[in-house]
Amino acid sequence: MTRGFPVLLALVLSAGTAGLAFETDGFRVVTSVGARQLSVERAPQPLPEDARLVDQEGTPFTLDAYKGRPVLVDFIYTRCPTICGLRGDDFADVLRLITAGGSDASIDLLSISFDPADDREALQLYGERFGAKAPHWRIAAPADARTRTVLLQSFGIVAMPDGMGGFVHNDAVYVVDAHGRLARILDPDGPAQLAAAVLEVAAP
Amino acid sequence: MNGRCVFAAACVSWLILWLQPVRSALESDMAVHMAMQMPILIALGVLLSIAARCHEPRWLAAADWLGIPGIVAVVLGTSIWMLPRALDQAISDSRIDLVKFVTLPLLVGIPLGLSWRRMPPLGRAFIWANFIPKLGAIGGLYLGAPTRLCAYYRLDQQVLAGGTLIAVAIALGMTWFAAAFVGWTPSCAKQPPSRSASVKGTQPGLQGRSAA
Repeated sequence: MTRGFPVLLALVLSAGTAGLAFETDGFRVVTSVGARQLSVERAPQPLPEDARLVDQEGTPFTLDAYKGRPVLVDFIYTRCPTICGLRGDDFADVLRLITAGGSDASIDLLSISFDPADDREALQLYGERFGAKAPHWRIAAPADARTRTVLLQSFGIVAMPDGMGGFVHNDAVYVVDAHGRLARILDPDGPAQLAAAVLEVAAP
Repeated sequence: MNGRCVFAAACVSWLILWLQPVRSALESDMAVHMAMQMPILIALGVLLSIAARCHEPRWLAAADWLGIPGIVAVVLGTSIWMLPRALDQAISDSRIDLVKFVTLPLLVGIPLGLSWRRMPPLGRAFIWANFIPKLGAIGGLYLGAPTRLCAYYRLDQQVLAGGTLIAVAIALGMTWFAAAFVGWTPSCAKQPPSRSASVKGTQPGLQGRSAA
């Protein structure tokens, strides 16, 4: 054993531990989704407020239309046979819960389709399925392909073909605060949790 | 094969693996990414270490006492690149992938190649006995996780990757069972037993160690 041994070992140990800590945000996360949840919770992130979308009634709007009130956002494609349908039911229940709770907080819901094949008619049918009415619950699609890329990137959505004509995609629900910033990324666990999270963000 | 040829072969293989079509093909499936691309990158580093063995600086050989710092680098380096987040980042950001392509051969493969020869047999057995169950446990985690751990891989790919890691762990475990109990020893782990006269060739590293 030489004097170099403890030096080299300390070097390897500290570099390796630092790398491991860096990659896990201080041993707290092991997945990229978890890392993003943590960073958004610590510091809300700006969103492209001028991103142009078109809702189920064909009305164009931008994200800054929601300034002043929090929004629950999810990403869908209207042919989705699984998760999106459950999420649609949850969203409908969130609206009901908040109204029934007598809360005067005004919140909005926004479901954004990432599927280029979703035209206005598809959005409309999807909205009718869950009783979504614009402008309080918009079923919307990005106005063009570039906006779609920008939106997916800023929310951190990865939608991949599932090999059966559909998509595999993040099934998180996103809370955008009254300042138009991404404030929470939720692993959806029923309408009560979603309502509580959005009210928490709405509280001053 | 002389050192220069090995070095050239490793560099050419590295470049081929880095080519965009090859890279995306190998990374599009989780099992191939984890159980094929990454081990190949590590193997390239081991090849490089064989080529550079004679040029290893004396201070490094001395500081890497019993191969301990080197094998710690291997364990930590492989742990980092097995994280689901690291897999995602490697796919979504080619700069991170470049970090993977550099660190796996240079900071995992080369230390493995250099340090393994310096490790005592019991030390090697310790590493194997740790590595094999760890591989199986991570495989089990991927196989049993109800949700997707990587944003870029489907659940069925994750299950396949888990199954593959478990299969590799079982294969390694059986090989080592055979090696330990049936008496056959893989050439990379040959020790100078009392019957060394019947074993072809001795390894320079072993002589160096016994002299140290």
